[in-house]
Amino acid sequence: MANTIKVNGTAHNVDVDGDTPLLWVLRDVLGMTGTKFGCGMALCGACTVHVDGVASRSCITPVDSIGTSEITTIEAIGATAAGAKIQKSWLDREVVQCGYCQSGQIMSASALLASNPHPTDSDIDDAMSGNICRCGTYVRIREAIKQAAQSNRQGG
Amino acid sequence: MILDHITSRFAGRGRSPSANGLSRRSFLQAGAAAGGGLMLSLSLPFANGEAEAADADGFAPNAFIRIEGDGQIVLTMPYVEMGQGTYTSIPMLIAEELEVDLKQVQLEHAPPNEKLYGNPLIGGVQATGNSNAIRAAWQPLRQAGAIARTMLVSAAAKRWNVDPTSCRPQSGEVFHAPTGRRIKYGELAADAARLPVPENVALKQPKDFKVIGTPAKRLDAPAKVNGTAVYGIDVRPPGVKVATLAQSPVFGGRVKNVDDAAAKAVKGVRQIVRLDDAVAVVADHMGAAKKGMAALVIEWDDGPHAKLDTDDILHELERATQNPGAVAQNIGDIDRGMASAATKVEATYQVPFLAHATMEPMNCTVHVRKDGCEVWVGNQVLARAQAAAAKTAGLPLDKVVVHNHLIGGGFGRRLEIDGVIRAVEIAKHVDGPVKVVWTREEDIQHDMYRPCFFDRISAGLDEKGKPVAWNHRFAGSSIIARWLPPAFNNGLDPDTTEGAIDLTYALPNMRVEYLRVEPPGIPTAFWRSVGPSHNVFVTESFMDELAAAAKQDPVAYRRALLDKAPRAEAVLKLAAEKAGWGQPLPKGIGRGVSIQFVFGTYMAQVAEVEVSRDGAVRVRRVVCAVDCGTVINPDTVRAQIQSAIIFGVTAALYGEITLKDGRVEQTNFDTYQILRMNEAPAIEVHIVQSPESPGGMGEAGTSLIAPAVTNAIFAATGKRLRKLPIDTTALKQRA
Repeated sequence: MANTIKVNGTAHNVDVDGDTPLLWVLRDVLGMTGTKFGCGMALCGACTVHVDGVASRSCITPVDSIGTSEITTIEAIGATAAGAKIQKSWLDREVVQCGYCQSGQIMSASALLASNPHPTDSDIDDAMSGNICRCGTYVRIREAIKQAAQSNRQGG
Repeated sequence: MILDHITSRFAGRGRSPSANGLSRRSFLQAGAAAGGGLMLSLSLPFANGEAEAADADGFAPNAFIRIEGDGQIVLTMPYVEMGQGTYTSIPMLIAEELEVDLKQVQLEHAPPNEKLYGNPLIGGVQATGNSNAIRAAWQPLRQAGAIARTMLVSAAAKRWNVDPTSCRPQSGEVFHAPTGRRIKYGELAADAARLPVPENVALKQPKDFKVIGTPAKRLDAPAKVNGTAVYGIDVRPPGVKVATLAQSPVFGGRVKNVDDAAAKAVKGVRQIVRLDDAVAVVADHMGAAKKGMAALVIEWDDGPHAKLDTDDILHELERATQNPGAVAQNIGDIDRGMASAATKVEATYQVPFLAHATMEPMNCTVHVRKDGCEVWVGNQVLARAQAAAAKTAGLPLDKVVVHNHLIGGGFGRRLEIDGVIRAVEIAKHVDGPVKVVWTREEDIQHDMYRPCFFDRISAGLDEKGKPVAWNHRFAGSSIIARWLPPAFNNGLDPDTTEGAIDLTYALPNMRVEYLRVEPPGIPTAFWRSVGPSHNVFVTESFMDELAAAAKQDPVAYRRALLDKAPRAEAVLKLAAEKAGWGQPLPKGIGRGVSIQFVFGTYMAQVAEVEVSRDGAVRVRRVVCAVDCGTVINPDTVRAQIQSAIIFGVTAALYGEITLKDGRVEQTNFDTYQILRMNEAPAIEVHIVQSPESPGGMGEAGTSLIAPAVTNAIFAATGKRLRKLPIDTTALKQRA
């Protein structure tokens, strides 16, 4: 059956079963491969997107559950204020290694920063512990989130 | 060290191994590039056997530097980027000697060609692994940069009719100070290509380095923060289908029967491919492929390993160590040393099978046609991938094109080609390109695992507690014996014993024996920090046991054995100092230390670990001191150590693959846990300045952390853990 979903401001009609996870619609049907597959069970966070601004695991989000909600992916997160700050601090702090999990990390961090401009260490733990990084970039992710939050403080 | 062993074995049929005096003739040629620039062709030492690779002049280039008319410098190199920063640190070597901005150096990945791009330090196999990219490239790439620089200066001097010594290379141009004239490299490249290659060119002194030793920004980072980076799993050739697969849950099992009626009825499912030992569902997208797979009813013939159990494998290893093994190290006289000892300490250790669990699950995209085959993959051994695809597809090698892509985590997993073979087997049945994607469960249950090992170790101490004899025997799989058979000799290979035979301590009598015992049916493979991932846990835990038996401080005890190893002693001293060794800690928290010399790098770590009353273990802080010789990119060194420590803590706390009834019991990240943000320790890295040649950085941090953590647990609780992963129930305090 056809489902209409709105991704990064554009509406798409996709002809897949309604229980198809959003992840595969994004990657295989729409060709937006920035969102990554890691586990398929919401255990690793690699597939994180925003549904109406809320960080969500697209690998367990059926496409027919989305309705009129706005989906934002890594491809467009730079257009949001929080996303742009996070991307910049990720580069400034040289966070990435293999980089595969970083789309998901950045989506989780952007959602955190958008809803909580000055997160504590414990807030960061809560928001980011669902995202696994096998290269172990956690030390730098934490620093980068703090740097982005600092720019909030400076009104930047 | 694995490198020394392997390279010495291959040096006999390679070129001159002289590290400080590479003969120019033997390794470099210069000429005009297609399109008019200057092309330097390099032959890195120890590449494949000379005869098979050399051209008519006896010259076999395997790396290329092109200086184009527009000034762009293009380096074609045989290494792949998998997160370790190679794509940034290798160009730094060229930029340094050429006197150009790092931004001017562009990197092209070499296509698969074992003859041209064989990595000199891995026996001529085209591979990125064993922490050796920088070590192989360090001398020749700087020398090539210096030669190109000299030729460009000569070309400028000739054009201006001035003395070359009055010209200075700087920022991608040649500057003539007396007249203030300047000319860009690009404009000189064609002239330079016609000049003879200078014989003796001096490399820059470390004090003059402008690029090496600076924290250069990673060149691959921008694409990795905005979703545009293309990993193997992201390729989408026109018309591509997506497949997922189920392989026999028991290694060596076969497909007996498949009922695919329900699977075929799933919307988007196009085809079911049945192989001898696997079934694949081919669909329009992975969602449909997975749904189709869930609807398949597959009956398996489990085959000979249906009753395989990890406990049985470990018992077999334990039994094996009751007999002598191949002698890997023999210093002094172990029997006399033991006989002279005042006290004897003995213990047994064991480490488990481990999965790689790279974040990017295994995948490979293949298009098999009658007349050729295309493969899209992120892999560390491209030439092997090409050969395997050709063989599986039944095509000549030159009909197989391999496109390499970014790797979402290697850690040894992508030094294997099992995934490529499997994908080609499936693609042979599919009309058009097909992307085969392993589910996480398939990825974990059909990995090729870090082997389990069983160790028996004993030492004799003199009346002052100093070790006078060290006797270590262990059994387990040899990966080298399968992966690089010529390097397995007399029952030994250089990887399995690394970290066991080359301790930095002065031990007057030492014997190390290895018994190769292959687990039935279970494929084993390299895993980040390879041999040392097992050996250093044993040796550094046991050294801690000796300090405890001698009732001495673990740092002081080690230092007393390092008189002849000043670099090892320096990192130990630095790590202890920075960690506040000896300062009091609250109850339940302990510090543990460990040191090693592996991959050409000296390292010491101090872990601060908290053990709660219920046995839960939290690694709070890790202080690491490292002497890896000359540092190319200090930020990469820090990043790799942070990464390696997290990787090693994950394994120490959680890592274990077990089999029951022939089946791997772990499935996904709930049963094969990975350390998360809320568990990550604070990590401090202290780098010792050193003029020595660079050591490897990608792996050393991993092997060292497990003993630092278990030694800290001993300090906190008095309980010695001799088995990984850490068993928290053993640490539980009685109410």
